[in-house]
Amino acid sequence: MRQESIAPHALPFPPLNKGWGWLAWFSTTDHKKIGILYMVTSLFFFGVGGIEALLIRIQLAAPNAKVLTPQEYDAIFTMHGTTMIFLVVMPLFIGIANYLVPLMIGARDVAFPRLNALGFWVFLLGGIVIYLALFTGSLADAGWFSYAPLSEAAYSSRPGVDYWIVGLIETGVGTIGAAVNLLATIVRYRAPGMTWRRMPLFVWMMMITSLIILYALTPLNAGLIMLLGDRILHLHFFRANVSGGSAILWQHIFWFFGHPEVYIMALPAFGMMSEVVPVFSRKPIFGYTFVAGSGIAIGLLSFAVWVHHMFAVGLSTPMNAAFSAASMLIAVPTGVKIFNWSTTMFRGRLRMDTPLLFAAAFIIQFVIGGITGVMFAAVPIDWQLTDSYFVVAHFHYVLFGGSMFALWAGVYYWYPKITGRLMDERLGRWHFWLAVIGFNMTFFVQHILGLIGMPRRVYTYPNLPGYGTMNMISTIGAFILAIAVLLFLWNLVVSFRRGKVAGDNPWDAWTLEWATTSPPPEHNFEKLPPVHSARPLFDLAHPEMADNPKYRTEAKA
Amino acid sequence: MHSLYSTVSSVLTPASPYAAEIGRLFWITLWISLVILLAVSAFVIFNLIRYRDRGQEGLPPQTHGNMAVEITWTAIPLAILVVLFVLTLQTMAAVSPSAHPKADPVNVDVIAHQWWWEFHYPGSKVVTANELHIPVGKSIHIQLTSADVIHDFWVPELGRKMDAVPGHPNTMVIQADRPGVYLGACAEYCGAGHAWMRIRVVAQTEADYQDWLASQAQPHPEPKSALQANGKALFVGLTCSSCHTVTGSGAPASKDVGPDLTHLADRQTLAAGVVPNTPDELRKWLADPNSIKPGSNMPNLHLSSQQLDALVAYLEAQP
Repeated sequence: MRQESIAPHALPFPPLNKGWGWLAWFSTTDHKKIGILYMVTSLFFFGVGGIEALLIRIQLAAPNAKVLTPQEYDAIFTMHGTTMIFLVVMPLFIGIANYLVPLMIGARDVAFPRLNALGFWVFLLGGIVIYLALFTGSLADAGWFSYAPLSEAAYSSRPGVDYWIVGLIETGVGTIGAAVNLLATIVRYRAPGMTWRRMPLFVWMMMITSLIILYALTPLNAGLIMLLGDRILHLHFFRANVSGGSAILWQHIFWFFGHPEVYIMALPAFGMMSEVVPVFSRKPIFGYTFVAGSGIAIGLLSFAVWVHHMFAVGLSTPMNAAFSAASMLIAVPTGVKIFNWSTTMFRGRLRMDTPLLFAAAFIIQFVIGGITGVMFAAVPIDWQLTDSYFVVAHFHYVLFGGSMFALWAGVYYWYPKITGRLMDERLGRWHFWLAVIGFNMTFFVQHILGLIGMPRRVYTYPNLPGYGTMNMISTIGAFILAIAVLLFLWNLVVSFRRGKVAGDNPWDAWTLEWATTSPPPEHNFEKLPPVHSARPLFDLAHPEMADNPKYRTEAKA
Repeated sequence: MHSLYSTVSSVLTPASPYAAEIGRLFWITLWISLVILLAVSAFVIFNLIRYRDRGQEGLPPQTHGNMAVEITWTAIPLAILVVLFVLTLQTMAAVSPSAHPKADPVNVDVIAHQWWWEFHYPGSKVVTANELHIPVGKSIHIQLTSADVIHDFWVPELGRKMDAVPGHPNTMVIQADRPGVYLGACAEYCGAGHAWMRIRVVAQTEADYQDWLASQAQPHPEPKSALQANGKALFVGLTCSSCHTVTGSGAPASKDVGPDLTHLADRQTLAAGVVPNTPDELRKWLADPNSIKPGSNMPNLHLSSQQLDALVAYLEAQP
């Protein structure tokens, strides 16, 4: 039967690395190995960014503290943001997608294996270059947003910012390569029968994410080259006091990238949620079309909201109003997803394994980040709360309480596919509860700090009533969260050696990656089941109630 | 030091009609948000408890979706957001400088610097720094610019915040309904001194404000002792006067590199809010500015003990 064969054009790429031992990792073009390289690299940088976060919290634990100088603090918060965004969350999602997308669509490899490898190594080079600035004695310290003219040579004369620019251009090039490859793979190499409406939702979200990357990272790289030109060639794109230069132009370019970037870090998380919640509820996703369609809506709207980062700049009222409307509008498709996930659980049979715990916490924490997001779309509220600790709380609820929790759900879910072993459930529960307590303790009080006037990016603060107490609570929470992260890393290591053997499909899941061995062979599949719906393995196991009524057959007696 | 920072300036305790308008919008949004948050959380937790797998046979019903439900939960949030957007537009109009054309505003030019605030009162040639005196009950129209990088003027109880962008003058309006000191700070990251670029707004009755303005228009008092005279000579003779202005010192006015020091003695804090303004703290500041405010552009002039005494006596002289 045609449906039982591999997609005809997805032939295995000739392996380049037979018999090279561990050196094979450097020459590999296998999407699974490259995926693992991305994941391991991001976990390393997660450690770096986490230590930076703890240093920030130590310095802020008490008023008028002098643990760090302002120059050190500024470099650390700049690198914390840069690291977590460009070297952790983005590459972690890209790495997991690299590993899983070909498996989920039933392909033997990606469309451009060599481009894929190049993308990873250029990305890694960029990450190294950003930190190489350490050897010049100055890390970048103009913030991850690097606002001109503070980032110009006149105000940041040391070379840290130059390394930051060059490094980011490189990670940008690598990320664009990864996006081109994912996009071509999804469009071209889906298994026979896998129409758009039968594609796993994680694949849908990675396709939209890849498109966003193409349109968002390219202008960022253009802007970075302009900024570098200002700094080393004395051009004046963003130098305000030189004829024609505009500080605000940089903000437009940066946030034209910067807001879609939020969705680059959120849509893959939405994709993971849309895989985990149904499997652990033992039900199909509620409203598949709406979950996929709302992703498209978010992808399009993400390019029409960037000015909400600039409401305090003093742009015209019509401009602010238009971007306010667009920013509020993006809450609608996001809400649709939230409602569909929670309704998927309704009348299900919920398996309370670690992935579902993280998924459930994601929903509640992401809603908190979402509603404070709507507050920032309301221009006058933004005029009060932007650049205060309220924003810090808001986007950590989105990116940590949201994206990171979804990532954890995804890691516990797919780890057995990648390693062949399940992660330890007991450690997983400790990890989960400490993460929930630590995360909310760290960031919830920051809403209040923002409301009572604490600006962000300050290396210290005066002894105002409540400031010391709330910052101390936040710091203690950060250390609880750090313990949770260490337990997670420990779980990754011990389960790799001693975890319960998983078998092909430990969760009774329904998408194609579970139709092969764990871990999959180099060519991914021996053969594929037919794809008549979004849940091919469900159809196989329950032919009498197959999702696609056309293919329902009586159960074998 | 603690007495300088005894009360917080909160978005939720507005002291002006502008901050009150924004506060009202915040509360409305917050209540709507809390209802949504509670509804979603309750539903998720209900599902987790009620539909937990208890080892039943077979599969739960395999429902794939429901068009009517999808349309409902698209339409209801959309309707809420339309209402919120209308309220947003109304509040934007209410807090804009053109909202009260009939009021008789006080104009102040604010110039942000790394890392201090310069305040000009265009009607009276008064120039001061870091502490903004305003009369109560009047709209204060601020013309906001920056001398270097982007800063942001934010006093939560008195109104919105706004960026001070070089090459892009902005206007904003604040007001204080009651006399008092209102704290604020620079809210846009601007480099090493960002944390210590604080704002104090001193709101006074109209009469007190007029007295203050008149006193500020006076030159610095003439030296009344040999020590003060020595301080004056040092101020003019050392490099102080190339960055700072003291009207009446005889040195030409500087180019606003550092704060105008004519009425330094009148201010509550030094170095934009780091320490209280006492002769002792001023002496420490002059002896080693970077130990008080790291990253500050004020150089260490390696002044001798006698020079420090003389400069402190001169700068802190009361009329």
